[in-house]
Amino acid sequence: MRARRRPVAIPLWVTVPAVVALAFLVLPLAALAGKADWATIGESITSQASLQALWLSIWTATLATIICAVIGLPLASFIASLGRRWAAVLRAVATIPLLLPPMVGGVALLYLLGRNGWLGKPFAGWGWQIPFTSGAVVVAEVFVALPFLVLTAESAIRGLDRELVDAASSMGASSWQTFRWVTLPIAGPAVAAGLTLTFARAMGEFGATALFAGNAQGVTRTMPLAIYTAFNGAGVEQADAIALSLLLFVVALAVLIVARGWRVDAVR
Amino acid sequence: MRTRTRALAFLPVLAATALALAACGSSTPDGDTTPGGADTAAGSQVSGEITIYAAASLKAAFDEIADAFQTANPDVTIAPIDYDGSSTLVTQIQGGAAVDVFASADQANMQKLVDAKLATGDTPLFATNTLVIAVPEGNPKGIASLADLADPSLKVVLCAEGVPCGTASHKLLDLDSVSLTPVSEEQNVTAVLTKVESGEADAGMVYGTDAAGAAAQVDAIVPENADQVVNQYPITVLDGAKNSAAAQAFVAFVTGAEGQAILAKYGFGKP
Repeated sequence: MRARRRPVAIPLWVTVPAVVALAFLVLPLAALAGKADWATIGESITSQASLQALWLSIWTATLATIICAVIGLPLASFIASLGRRWAAVLRAVATIPLLLPPMVGGVALLYLLGRNGWLGKPFAGWGWQIPFTSGAVVVAEVFVALPFLVLTAESAIRGLDRELVDAASSMGASSWQTFRWVTLPIAGPAVAAGLTLTFARAMGEFGATALFAGNAQGVTRTMPLAIYTAFNGAGVEQADAIALSLLLFVVALAVLIVARGWRVDAVR
Repeated sequence: MRTRTRALAFLPVLAATALALAACGSSTPDGDTTPGGADTAAGSQVSGEITIYAAASLKAAFDEIADAFQTANPDVTIAPIDYDGSSTLVTQIQGGAAVDVFASADQANMQKLVDAKLATGDTPLFATNTLVIAVPEGNPKGIASLADLADPSLKVVLCAEGVPCGTASHKLLDLDSVSLTPVSEEQNVTAVLTKVESGEADAGMVYGTDAAGAAAQVDAIVPENADQVVNQYPITVLDGAKNSAAAQAFVAFVTGAEGQAILAKYGFGKP
């Protein structure tokens, strides 16, 4: 435990660019809210197309987050257990999907899991096709969101106090018991924050989904695709696009509030 | 509690990365235009740069027309033409994209700009197009008519309603009394064609000109009543054009003999 930190002292002029940055983040969203037609917004949000898109986004992002947790936490622990050099290599591998435009991920997934892809071809032989299904949406979301979880969790696990872990094993705990009862609880808050980001990233996924999963109402048209489709004047109205955008904004806000790791005081 | 601080210190970086990535959604070519067209007194001799937005189905033909136009008017530079679904392009123009010429694949999307007072000048028709069913080469599923597409085991891709090819596709499906559920609705005709070319879709409805341009990868089936649903392509110089002299010259070129010959070569019909 260390002493409570005092706020950092900054030169006065720093507040000017700081306010610009804050305005840059807040003003576009304010403009979006200002553009909304509040008389019809309820109608826009509760239309069948909107609700289908919202529900699809929520369940695919939830499933994607669970999958990320199930496979991402082990990968994070594995990387954290490696020496400096190999950890750096694997961390870079885990970071690449984060740095790529999601569109590239969509193309790559198509060449792996598409009908003529490496895995897609044998799968198709068994009558199992992934593109154009809600499953494809989940796959695309896992691909783009997994790095968020792996990187945050790895950083948290690596930062663990070695002595606690060593103490657990010296008292006879198996490696699973140590992981379950020491590693996870201590790294927990950071992992929870990582999961929150993973969920938010999955909810917002657009590029890989558009290319790999397609755009069909109720099946693959998630909120971002519904917004894109509506904004481009196809199908629904632009007012619907604005309403859906605001809805997504509210969902993001809710995620932020629900996730305890994001409380301001958690940073201290 | 050092771990928690460290782990969370990483979050803003990730969040910023996420924002940066999310920002890479759409792009428009920079609408940088030089004010060279101001001296209209020069008559037929136009100069400067023009920016053109054209329906996705026009790509092959307009690339060639642009080359021919530049050969005839060496002082004009045409910025790389932005091809997309007409409805997407209209949204961008309404959003303030600096564009000189807009060529739409249907009149409904052009009308949106006319109604918004963004295109108050002439909107001459310069081409027509009709739909075909595009299937992967060799027609592995043996598709012969629109009615065949109703088979739920087939993966059919259409343009979204509101995109010219989508509006036309739905009109034709109605005319042939076929109802089907597409596995994906795309924002432009090229995306439909790509999904058929790559073999991901079993069939897609595209323009005859698109299928002809991809004859090596797709076969085209002309559905019943296809000649009843004809898309009329209008073109216009936008009110916001920075170089309206060169833009007018380009429109005249497209509607003139040389432009029409190139469009005919790619399979477009006469207006």
